[in-house]
Amino acid sequence: MPPATRAPGTAIDAVALRKTYPGGRGRPPVRALDGLSFAVPTGTVFALLGPNGAGKSTTTKILATLSRADSGTAHVAGTDVARHPERVRRAIGYVAQKPVTDPMDTGRENLVLAGRLQGLGARDARARAAELLDRFSLTDAADRLVTTYSGGMARKLDVAMGLVHRPQVLFLDEPTTGLDPEARAEMWAEIERMTAVESMTILLTTHYLEEADRLAANVAIVDEGRVVVAGTPDALKDELRGDGIVVELAPGVPDDGASLAGRVADAVRASGVRDVRVEGRTLRARADAGAVALPAVLAGLDAAGLPVASATLARPSLDDVYLRHTGRSLTAAQAGSRSAAGDHAGAAAEEVAA
Amino acid sequence: MTAVVHTGLLTARALRQGARIPVFMVMNLVQPMIWLLLFGQLFRSVVEIPGFSTGGTYLEFITPGVVMMTAMFGAAWAGSSFVQDMDRGVMDRFLTSPTSRGALVASTMSYQAVVAVGQALVVLAVAWLRGARFGSTPGETTLGVLALLLAVVLLTALFSALSNATALLTGQQEALIGISQLITLPLMFLSSAVMDTRLSPAWVADVARYNPFDWAVVAGREALAASPDWGVVWGRLGLLALAAVVMGWVATQAFRTRQRSA
Repeated sequence: MPPATRAPGTAIDAVALRKTYPGGRGRPPVRALDGLSFAVPTGTVFALLGPNGAGKSTTTKILATLSRADSGTAHVAGTDVARHPERVRRAIGYVAQKPVTDPMDTGRENLVLAGRLQGLGARDARARAAELLDRFSLTDAADRLVTTYSGGMARKLDVAMGLVHRPQVLFLDEPTTGLDPEARAEMWAEIERMTAVESMTILLTTHYLEEADRLAANVAIVDEGRVVVAGTPDALKDELRGDGIVVELAPGVPDDGASLAGRVADAVRASGVRDVRVEGRTLRARADAGAVALPAVLAGLDAAGLPVASATLARPSLDDVYLRHTGRSLTAAQAGSRSAAGDHAGAAAEEVAA
Repeated sequence: MTAVVHTGLLTARALRQGARIPVFMVMNLVQPMIWLLLFGQLFRSVVEIPGFSTGGTYLEFITPGVVMMTAMFGAAWAGSSFVQDMDRGVMDRFLTSPTSRGALVASTMSYQAVVAVGQALVVLAVAWLRGARFGSTPGETTLGVLALLLAVVLLTALFSALSNATALLTGQQEALIGISQLITLPLMFLSSAVMDTRLSPAWVADVARYNPFDWAVVAGREALAASPDWGVVWGRLGLLALAAVVMGWVATQAFRTRQRSA
């Protein structure tokens, strides 16, 4: 298949990727990717956003030559990943979800070895290691074993490992998962600085909306193995006209699932809000003019005998975009993926892939 | 060329890390001495059974056996480092880089070989201190020891490759326990390591002929004999080399299988 349809400025191009993992021991097979497609312009940061089990890691593994798609094509840095994986490997850096450093080597030894395996000479590898240690403020810890590093330091070293050979394309699979807020903010600053210094394309996977919003020029929201919507964070948010309304009902209201949801929806029907969704005791809706609609919503709930604990108005966030396109809030999807049986298989597939 | 450089770099990593856990190094040296002194004492009088082949002492008989046991048992765990690298993202990082797959396998072989050669020299030294004598002239002794060490290296390569392939295909430390319980231990007893197979049931002697571990024991023992039959030594070493190359190839192929199932 000639790559004629690809635009010249495309660093990553995935077309209709499908991947199914065998279920094993009588369980049904798990479909991890179901026709996933997206393209990343050269020199930009692109985020795949979605809950655990959505297919983000599987996509990254296929693009980084660790795994093979059942069907579909993918090009990275202009090369077909299935046909010439060895060429792709020279062009990419890959930072897995799990730590990519050796705990029984020092930070410096890890970086020097990575550089040498990428083809740098001994002197160049040492110089590059020193440069990266300095850039990531790890010089003081450079000659300590990685096993003594804090979570934030170890993750910074992971990212540095992916940069040793100045790759054209860098994959960051959930770079800040498991970090405390302070370390996460520091990592974001490092990634922003890094994209300014090294001109490269970054594919980032995350289930943190703020992360995608802050770092990525383009976002694709992934759900159940396919891209449900893609665009710049602002364009996605602008697509949702008006404001978001979130109302929490008082804890005393009995949460009996569908019946409560029905009562709430009926109660606010007259207020003129759109996209009404009820999860537990939380009501989410949209309105062109939130300040006008909110009193009507509250009046409607009051009339239906549903006491309110809190009510907020907000400009659209990526969470609203996610909710709009998947019918679930990302937080709920993330929590659900840990308990619901269907998504559990998805999480298992991610684990198999890991 | 790249593969050779990568093998060197990755072997250096393994040695560096081994040296960082001195307890491990000490255990590696103590264990073969336990085998040597325990078996040497326990079965000392079997040489008096009529038909036992050796003209020398039981310690002289068992020394090459203990050298090979130590090498095989150690190499059976070689896949542990792959399992650790897979548990972390280290293996994924190697596999998404131009790191030579062959070098990943070869480096665990060469690391195990360095350890096993060190252990072999310690066993030989302890046996010598306890009165065992090998070869008839200093020149022959040196040649014999070198041939024995070559057998150690080849045996290590064979079982490291088996262990690596198992680690890559299963990703589980438990599978490696299986190798050492179900494969290496029976292979040890189905050989002439601690007992002359001419005194064992005939079927044991038959099995031993096809047992790569026994090839290493026979090559090592013959090389240390007073007047070695070099044809026997080189024949067994050739078989071992062939088996090691085949198993090394299998282990390298296991990377492809892993990519297909990942």
